Amino acid sequence: MDKGMEEAGNLMSAMVQESKAAYDIIRERFGEAVSEFDANPTMPFFEVIDNARWGDIALFMRDNPRLKFNYMACLSGVDYLAEGKLGIVCNFESIGNFTHRIAVKVKCQRDGGSIPSVSCVWHTANWHEREAYDMYGMVFDGHPDLRRILCPEDWTGFPLRKDYQVQETYHGIKVPY
Amino acid sequence: MGLLDARITNRNNVLVTSVDNVMNWARLSSLWPMGFGLACCAIEMMATNASNYDLERFGIFPRSSPRQSDLMIVAGTVTMKMAERVVTLYEQMPEPRYVLSMGSCSNCGGPYWNHGYHVLKGVDRVIPVDVYVPGCPPRPEALIGGLMKIQELVRMEGLGLTRQDALKRLAEKSVDTQQVLDQARRAATA
Repeated sequence: MDKGMEEAGNLMSAMVQESKAAYDIIRERFGEAVSEFDANPTMPFFEVIDNARWGDIALFMRDNPRLKFNYMACLSGVDYLAEGKLGIVCNFESIGNFTHRIAVKVKCQRDGGSIPSVSCVWHTANWHEREAYDMYGMVFDGHPDLRRILCPEDWTGFPLRKDYQVQETYHGIKVPY
Repeated sequence: MGLLDARITNRNNVLVTSVDNVMNWARLSSLWPMGFGLACCAIEMMATNASNYDLERFGIFPRSSPRQSDLMIVAGTVTMKMAERVVTLYEQMPEPRYVLSMGSCSNCGGPYWNHGYHVLKGVDRVIPVDVYVPGCPPRPEALIGGLMKIQELVRMEGLGLTRQDALKRLAEKSVDTQQVLDQARRAATA
């Protein structure tokens, strides 16, 4: 955290403070496998550094009695072209237990990288991971049914990658205008 | 209508006309579109079918099967995935069949023309289109205007006049839009 962030941290809103408390529990358990806490006022988040442990972290977040993140609100994909990475951003809430919420980022290599699937932890992740795969092409290890979900199954390329070039024809039909 | 009927039936009159005319009158008075919509244009199409605009007064009534319909209203964004299904549906319709392309998306890709990797840039790339209705989405009045065009097209067709010739003649009979606009503006400001 840089100096500016620290100053902002002193003025953390109640919402961010709750997220920080939840993060501290995760940090205590997983140490260096997770990054520093980012007190983003809109959506506080942390990043999973050792992405092989993402499955354990997910289970811990769901089952720990002080966390109980039982609701995955969203899972989005991101293309970090400059870093040569792809990533996901997951938003979690704890419905009926706590008011805290937090976002988790997981990244993998752009070429041939993979992220552990958490579809067995939150069933919501099943289709969300398929969508992220469909649009960005990162592989989710251990996903029960990793197929494209929106594009046709024989589509070429991953449309939301920043260097995506649309294919010329699809089944003999011209695609570009 | 009722009065006309009474005048004919009460006096045991006979109407003389050509078979062509009767056939065309029957076809254009009962255009059955296929009941399917693809995007927001479909909402407008449903509104046109409903009581306010009441398409049934023209005998236009959506059917649930392509085999019972003779008009396809392509109402909305045709995705690449849907394009092949649209072709299948078109092929399942019995001839003579008509296609009305409703709204910018099915005319030419609309707002997706450049960055919409998943959108077919005009349904006329996969099936022949008879009438295009511009708009995003077109108002019910515009859709009814398009349907009137289809009716004109049906009326023109007959022995010895192909669909292409009829379409050409229909294009020649185009309306001067500027004149209509001026007229509407004068009426609005008067």
